[in-house]
Amino acid sequence: MPNADKGRVPAERSRRVSRWFDPRGIAPGQLAFVLHRITGLGLVFYLYLHLAVLSLLARGPEAWDRFIDLAKTTPILILDVVLIFGLLFHALNGLRLTLVSLNMGVRRQTALFWGAALVTVVLTAVAGWMIFRM
Amino acid sequence: MSWRLTLKIHRWQPGDRAPYYDHFTVEVPEEAYVLDAIEKVWAEQDRSLAFRHACHHASCGSCGLRVNGREKLPCITPVTDYPNGSTIQIDPLRHFPLVRDLVVDMGPFSQAMEAVRFSIIRHASEGVPDARSSEPPILPEEDHEATRFENCLECGLCVSACPIAGSALNYLGPAALAAAERMLVEPRGVDPLAVWEAIDHDDGLWRCHGAFECSAACPSEVDPAAAIMRLRRYGPKVGQVARQQRR
Repeated sequence: MPNADKGRVPAERSRRVSRWFDPRGIAPGQLAFVLHRITGLGLVFYLYLHLAVLSLLARGPEAWDRFIDLAKTTPILILDVVLIFGLLFHALNGLRLTLVSLNMGVRRQTALFWGAALVTVVLTAVAGWMIFRM
Repeated sequence: MSWRLTLKIHRWQPGDRAPYYDHFTVEVPEEAYVLDAIEKVWAEQDRSLAFRHACHHASCGSCGLRVNGREKLPCITPVTDYPNGSTIQIDPLRHFPLVRDLVVDMGPFSQAMEAVRFSIIRHASEGVPDARSSEPPILPEEDHEATRFENCLECGLCVSACPIAGSALNYLGPAALAAAERMLVEPRGVDPLAVWEAIDHDDGLWRCHGAFECSAACPSEVDPAAAIMRLRRYGPKVGQVARQQRR
């Protein structure tokens, strides 16, 4: 019998999409896989948000001006930086996936991931600096 | 010097409402492997613990499980990989039907291998075409060097590590796709078109999302992800050649 039974705790169930986001012991390839999905979902959300914002144009100049005032607030500017991060990572990792799916750079896929991540971080930092400088 | 570990082991048997964990503390020599620690639990503390093993040297592939969430062959995982006095969590492989405790049903794995016509056909068997002389290579020669599917233990670690196998129930999985590549490199009498048609569908070659977890988990450096990517590049040509050969 167990010599140190600390209480029976529920074990994880298999076959759950939440497993995609299990951070334990994952390789860079899955980190890229998870980030690609998160950024992809974020971009889809942004697309619809963008269409909703553009629809304000149909409501006249006052509605649009109110939105512009809101868009200049710090929380929205921070979201702009997050959007740029997601856009850059999704695009660059998409190129990495395209390359490896064509059997190019497969053995360097980890380096390609870190390269995409590095470029994403650098360009996001530059974009963030420009956004807040304005 | 001895190594003291607490094993937090996944438990479940038919009739239990939900899985749970039991904790066992064992001391083993520092030269021991995680499988030795599990066997000591079974020998000295709980004879009802169900786990699978055979060869103890990464040859049979039957002991695959997860240690701290990561797919491992415990027979070649030293206990010293984990700090002395620490607790390690032992779970069964993911994405397979659970039989009991740490034992999973490898049936779906075997079915996937069968679906891609994987079979071990001796080169010298009577009636088997000589792959090196009578059958021109379908894949480029340089890629043959990278193909070492012969190393596959059929342990299932790659399937457990694959995030897509966790959500696409009918996905063939990395091992079967790597096996398919092997069959296309050297068909040895197996119909290449049948192999290609077995993988050229939504739940086959094209389902992989390139997470590369299969290759990271593989204890034998088979690199199934690389095999899948090679097939994606050359696969359509393979299908075309196979169709021409059939005519």
